[in-house]
Amino acid sequence: MLTVQEAAVFRGETLVLRDISFTIPAGGALVLAGPNGSGKSTLLRLLAGLVRPVAGQVLWDGQDALADLADHGARVAYLGHQDAIKLGLTVAENLHFAAAISGGSVADALQALNLSPLAELPARMLSAGQKRRLALSRLALSRAALWLLDEPTLGLDTASIERFGTLLSAHRAKGGIVVAATHVPLPMADTAEFRLH
Amino acid sequence: MHAFWAVLARDLRLSLRHGADTLAAVLFFLATASLFPFALGPGPEMLSRIAPGIVWVCALLASLLPLDRLFGADFEDGSLDLLLLSGLPASAIAGAKALAHWLATGLPLLLAAGPVAIMLRMPDAGMAALLLGLLIGSLLMSLFGTMGAAIVLGARRGGVLLPLLILPLVVPVLIFGAAAADAAAGGFSPRPHLLLMAAMLAAAVPLCPLAAGAGLRAAVE
Repeated sequence: MLTVQEAAVFRGETLVLRDISFTIPAGGALVLAGPNGSGKSTLLRLLAGLVRPVAGQVLWDGQDALADLADHGARVAYLGHQDAIKLGLTVAENLHFAAAISGGSVADALQALNLSPLAELPARMLSAGQKRRLALSRLALSRAALWLLDEPTLGLDTASIERFGTLLSAHRAKGGIVVAATHVPLPMADTAEFRLH
Repeated sequence: MHAFWAVLARDLRLSLRHGADTLAAVLFFLATASLFPFALGPGPEMLSRIAPGIVWVCALLASLLPLDRLFGADFEDGSLDLLLLSGLPASAIAGAKALAHWLATGLPLLLAAGPVAIMLRMPDAGMAALLLGLLIGSLLMSLFGTMGAAIVLGARRGGVLLPLLILPLVVPVLIFGAAAADAAAGGFSPRPHLLLMAAMLAAAVPLCPLAAGAGLRAAVE
């Protein structure tokens, strides 16, 4: 269970988030909505422990999540704006590196987003949508309980969005939590919405 | 611990893939060191006296070259966020990066230093002390460099700031390193100089990754 209590975050000199409070139960999903610049990405980075709150708390199962950042990092699978792909490595090598950290089977992850035919291709040859799929396939490896997704479906075709939906429901069925910032509907049922201004 | 080796292995693999970048530091070292005989004249007496200093200064400058990209590439493509969420403490990631920098830059420079010293007519007696000093010195340079690179990460003009931040820190390393080689060449024991450098290394191994880790956390915020 993830709880945020009256959190406030500064970016430089501006107060981007204030009085943010919500709770997500195990298996729950929260969609962050709001105009550009309303702090959706900042909120995701706060939940990941990459950004520190100036006030308030982030609680995981009732404990302060940000007390041990390395521990909290292991609970989190984060998908940012950028795909975090090494262009000099092949698709499979990128995933092998992710698997060395998070565990999981590379072959299954390739299968999950239909990347198996591209496995031996250098990542610099991929199109933008294929890169996004590679970034998403890292989620298939991950055993992290908390998925933080920033515009996860950016540039994906409809078949890949469907495959991504399967990943999301499998994760939630295991009791995992999803928090996603997006402007387009996600392939998820039964989500709560949190609106930022 | 597993993740530590994974980060190290990935960085080394990328260094091999981008072989030209990796080799650039060694080529820079060879090119700058061979400028000195042209500027100062090829007289063997003069060269052999200043050879340790030339090798040391050129090696320090060459090992600065790849520091700009040490965290820069990971910072720009978002990989750094994922590294910090890997479950490893930020200081361990910095430690893996420092080790990768040494293996990809320090070690090749160390291998190139012998031939360069011979080219500059370094006295045989000082050779062992020079290389042993460079072994410690290159490790120190990787640690200081990693710390500096993490601190300037995300700053505008970080590349310019970096040498200004690191070079003053490595002045003691340079003094004792060159002095060790000079002492051995002049028939004295290089031991005290090398021991002092080893003491600096013993302090830098735990402290520099800690500072670098804090720098990384600040950079992603």
